[in-house]
Amino acid sequence: MGGGGDFIRIDKVTKRFGATAAVDGVSLQIGRGEFFSLLGPSGCGKTTLLRMIGGFAFPDEGAIALDREDITALPPNRRPTNMVFQSYAIFPHLNVRDNIAYGLRVERLTAAERNARVDEALAMIRLQGYGERRAQQLSGGERQRVALARALVKRPKVLLLDEPLGALDKRLREAMQIELRQIQRDVGITFIFVTHDQEEALSMSDRVAVMEKGRVLQVADPKTLYEKPVSRPVADFIGTMNFFAGRMVGISDGKAVVETAALGRMEVSQNSADSFSTGARVWIAIRPEKLLLMSEQSNKQSVQGRILAASYLGDRSQIQVRIPGADAPVAVVAQNASTFQSGDAVYLAWAQDAPLILPE
Amino acid sequence: MNTAIRQSRGLSLYAFAYLAFLYVPVLLLPLFSFNDSVFIAFPLRGFTTKWYAAMAADAEMHAALWNTLKVGAVASLFSTILGLLAAKALTQTAPLRGRSLILSFANLSLFIPEIVIGIALLILITTVGVPLSLTSVIIGHVLICLPFAILVLMSRFEGFDASLEEASRDLGESAWMTFWRVTFPLVLPGIVASLLLTFIVSFDDFMIAFFLCGTDTTLPVYIFGELRFPYKLPNVLALGATILVASAALIALAEWVRRLGAEGPARDRVIGA
Repeated sequence: MGGGGDFIRIDKVTKRFGATAAVDGVSLQIGRGEFFSLLGPSGCGKTTLLRMIGGFAFPDEGAIALDREDITALPPNRRPTNMVFQSYAIFPHLNVRDNIAYGLRVERLTAAERNARVDEALAMIRLQGYGERRAQQLSGGERQRVALARALVKRPKVLLLDEPLGALDKRLREAMQIELRQIQRDVGITFIFVTHDQEEALSMSDRVAVMEKGRVLQVADPKTLYEKPVSRPVADFIGTMNFFAGRMVGISDGKAVVETAALGRMEVSQNSADSFSTGARVWIAIRPEKLLLMSEQSNKQSVQGRILAASYLGDRSQIQVRIPGADAPVAVVAQNASTFQSGDAVYLAWAQDAPLILPE
Repeated sequence: MNTAIRQSRGLSLYAFAYLAFLYVPVLLLPLFSFNDSVFIAFPLRGFTTKWYAAMAADAEMHAALWNTLKVGAVASLFSTILGLLAAKALTQTAPLRGRSLILSFANLSLFIPEIVIGIALLILITTVGVPLSLTSVIIGHVLICLPFAILVLMSRFEGFDASLEEASRDLGESAWMTFWRVTFPLVLPGIVASLLLTFIVSFDDFMIAFFLCGTDTTLPVYIFGELRFPYKLPNVLALGATILVASAALIALAEWVRRLGAEGPARDRVIGA
């Protein structure tokens, strides 16, 4: 299920609200059965894009096709998509059973078939015996599951989820992440999941589209997104990243050679050097866990610095190191670093494959 | 401690005087309606129910009451339907252009003296050539009832989660069925409250009806006419007392229904984890 296919094809879709484009020329292909996330800060256009797939907003330009059928202009009740709303939108005047059965009325089922479908859905979300309860009598997690069942009972081709875990507390959210992923594998339906929580997106998705200001910055599987972000905004948004300003000085053996004020001259083997011309200003990016702290200089390439702050987190320590020539303190995550104290002079080294080169 | 008690005693005294000011005049109505005398004066002359009997036998009054009920029923229905549409439009998520201006204009008739509305409508209706009748009264009453309907229904629509309607569309229902399966049941308590409130506004109105009713008198206009005959005054008192009790009951009912409904979507009680 890793990548691609064009079960859903979003083609140069733009949506404007007044003068600003909430979604700006977005193209995406999503495969059948994929767990696909739209990730970005609030206002990046991810929810607007989701609502256009669901039929609650219509593109000003571009087209959306589902299973080779153009659905761009179809109203929501004519699309084979269903949505789990951020507020869950459980009907307060109906009990759990009637909420789940709501969408089955239009499907011309016999009463027995309808009941069987509802029972099956209640079993899936493990809320058997809750059928007679009203929305007000449910906890946040239970409402979330009812909203999920109510959408899945329609057997949609695509399930749309608009930050469905945002209102839950941390522990419940983590449990629901696992449960959602499990349900998605069981039913095999394509999920499109909107979230601003990068950890959530990385842990659940087959692929993630990172969005900012209405545009898609990168679409990739979680590992690629973390290890090979294509631009500074993506690297910034996913996890923690240290950036060092540098200048491209040449290419040797196909590797970019970059001169930085803070780390000196280095070769970058992680990503391709082809798109950078000599003399271009670039960013060198290194993850905190790819940096190594030493009290004495070794044969590795290293720079000297001083510890600004060290916080002990049990399984690891987070250390801020000030090094000459860097704009900001460098974040380091180390596993056996309890010996380091604030104020200590240290050497900072990095693995050869740690640095990434990113366009300015 | 001591001053606190004295203060609270002073406050209860004030509250008592306040309530007396509000309700003693009104309570004189039922009191004198049971008094065995044509003259409204103390001391009371003894208990009687003959004024109620006289009221019950008054055919002209029955006709006026029937007119008032008809006007109230039709006016409350129309103003509630119009108010429902306006309230829905004024509270939708995508803010309506000129929302506050529309709202101010819709509620303007609350602030225009009824005598002005009455005269203006009289001029308009006679110019157009519509004969003065219950129909013209209904038109006038829809006008003065509309702000009440809009305000009651808007309070119901506010806090109405727009995604409930979207969820219904998403689950396959048309816009029309969504209204009947989701919107209508959820605003129903507001609709009932609006019907009751606008009915009372219409029932109470003298000024508009006085200008517009022609020969089809409504109850308040009839009562005003009766006041010219001193010997009929006790009948009017009996009628007034009856109306007082009936409208108090209606208002209590409207408020009860409104609160009953307010507990619906607004309430967000969470049980368990």
